[in-house]
Amino acid sequence: MSDLLPAVIWLPLLMAAATAALPRATVLQRVLALTTHATVLAFGIAAVVATRDGSVIVEQVAGWPGGVSIPFAVDTFAALLITVGALLVLVCSVFAILTRDDADAAFHPLVLVLSAGVYGAFVTADLFNLFVMIEVALISSYVLLTRSGRAPQLGAGRVYLTTNLLVSTILLFGIGLVYATAGTVNLGELAGAAKDSTAVALAGGVVLVALAAKAALVPVHSWLPRSYPFASVAVTALLSGLLTKIGVYWIFRIYSVMYGGDERLQTAWLWILGATMVVGVLGALGEGGMRAILSFHMTSQVGYILLGIGFFGPIALAAGIFYLIHHIIVKAALFLACGALEHQAGTGQLSRLGGAARHSPLLAVTFLGAALSLVGIPPFSGFVAKLTLLRAAVLESEYLVAGLVVAVSLFTLLSMLKIWNGAFWGPDPVPVRASAMVDGEAGIVPDATDPTSDLLRHHEMLQAPDPLRVPWRLVVPGTVLMLLSLAIGLGAEVLLTLAQTAADGLVDPARWVAAVTS
Amino acid sequence: MSAAVLTAVLVAGGVYLVLQRGLVRVTFGFVLLGHAALVVLLAAGGMDRREPPLLAGGGAELAADPLPQAFALTAIVIAFGITVYLLAMAGSGGELDGAASDADEDEIDAASVGEADDGSSAATQTASTAASEEAATTPGEYPR
Repeated sequence: MSDLLPAVIWLPLLMAAATAALPRATVLQRVLALTTHATVLAFGIAAVVATRDGSVIVEQVAGWPGGVSIPFAVDTFAALLITVGALLVLVCSVFAILTRDDADAAFHPLVLVLSAGVYGAFVTADLFNLFVMIEVALISSYVLLTRSGRAPQLGAGRVYLTTNLLVSTILLFGIGLVYATAGTVNLGELAGAAKDSTAVALAGGVVLVALAAKAALVPVHSWLPRSYPFASVAVTALLSGLLTKIGVYWIFRIYSVMYGGDERLQTAWLWILGATMVVGVLGALGEGGMRAILSFHMTSQVGYILLGIGFFGPIALAAGIFYLIHHIIVKAALFLACGALEHQAGTGQLSRLGGAARHSPLLAVTFLGAALSLVGIPPFSGFVAKLTLLRAAVLESEYLVAGLVVAVSLFTLLSMLKIWNGAFWGPDPVPVRASAMVDGEAGIVPDATDPTSDLLRHHEMLQAPDPLRVPWRLVVPGTVLMLLSLAIGLGAEVLLTLAQTAADGLVDPARWVAAVTS
Repeated sequence: MSAAVLTAVLVAGGVYLVLQRGLVRVTFGFVLLGHAALVVLLAAGGMDRREPPLLAGGGAELAADPLPQAFALTAIVIAFGITVYLLAMAGSGGELDGAASDADEDEIDAASVGEADDGSSAATQTASTAASEEAATTPGEYPR
């Protein structure tokens, strides 16, 4: 098993090269890409099974002894994330094929490189290697976001690229400072270093700030809702499920191993996370586009996920990990459901949509299920996630945070209702604006905040007899993820047990540290 | 000490340029910031040990730490790739640069009617790298 560990990186990279070499063989490209994603998914499931007792799979690359080599390590936490990440890449790739997003021959190679970087970031146990893996994932995401070459995408790409470049530079500063103060960047050897030495804690703090910006915590969140909604639907779902989660995963990991869950920082964490939850959900309420609402919402949800760090107990961490898995699945389901409608109708602005529930009932059911799961209504997975988090907060006697968890959920419901009322309920939209756009009147300026504002220039968009009837094949990817959320909610015991094992490995990382450094 | 001063100067210049309008200046700002990070990386290995580790070395105590140098090399390659992509974007979306300054409203009006200064110079500077992107878009299609 450990010999296969580097394969999660080299297999997608190799296949990226193969698919890039076959720009015209669309079918072969699709087969290679989907097979690769499915293989990694199978590997992820096997890794979850192998590590379910809390053991750690380690590969010291090139056989160098521990401490010299770059270690790759997979425990339950990493295995769960590889599994759900690979599932997401698979579903989003299928969605991209169905929406012909992959007509651009660079799509599959870029997604493969992106996934290799993300898996690499999940398995590596070396801070500098983490920086490299983040860059591998980011560079392909830059291209995926801006490849259309249209003005809204290029504008969003500027925000995304410059912010992430700045954050990566800060991360590099932080890693340099960690090396200067602790003399190593191997996370296993850094175990407890930040708890013992203030200098290492400060250096690690620079790394944590950079990771917090990658995870879009308040106050360094504003780049996310300004860039994610502008990518194509499949790419938005991919980026939301994978890239910010690297930051989240590594905040968990570094805080657990380097800082040993230092409780002196608990108050600071709770303030930051509380602000993240509130600001994110209020920002979502203020947006007018479907994907913009969902993107702002991610910030709020990341606050929920990292509450586990704020309390740092076995129950709270298990709740956070369960929430993370649930969030990746449900958020992607929502993006794919709203994106399918947006793809068909040619706009994501709620003011120009309406009545989609009558035209495509399956889509409405998918959206409703995923939205209720996000809010935390039983029997969906969101209910279990929020309940365990609430229980952890009450057990820690943090009643203010517990109240915040419930209150923010209500606002979440409100923002989901906003999409429901705007896009799925009510009368059909009046198609006045569309004709005006197509006539090409010179005075009409596309709305810079609407990612799809120039889509109506494409004539094929308008030839659909009923723009609100979304074909079922576009709905199915989202429905699959929504049903998965339902299944996790009904059989929560399975994932809760795994999350508990993963959380135990974070509360006491001795086993992980021993495996990485040996 | 020299490393600290050098980092301070590079970061100051980098931050100043990143806060400018115009993607070309921002790009140069990031180049400076990246160099500052490289100086920090090299300083992390210890500035007092400079000898080569092999051949003419004075033993392991005096040999320079090779690990930060490997880090720096990797970071240089990554930064170079992203710089090229940023310049391509500066050329391809030059009209997104906006006006040169918030302060002077007349200047903003003038710049938004015609093409912004930064945009046109960026387009010529990076014409070769951004030729394909230029072809894909038609700058000026979206009046501001």
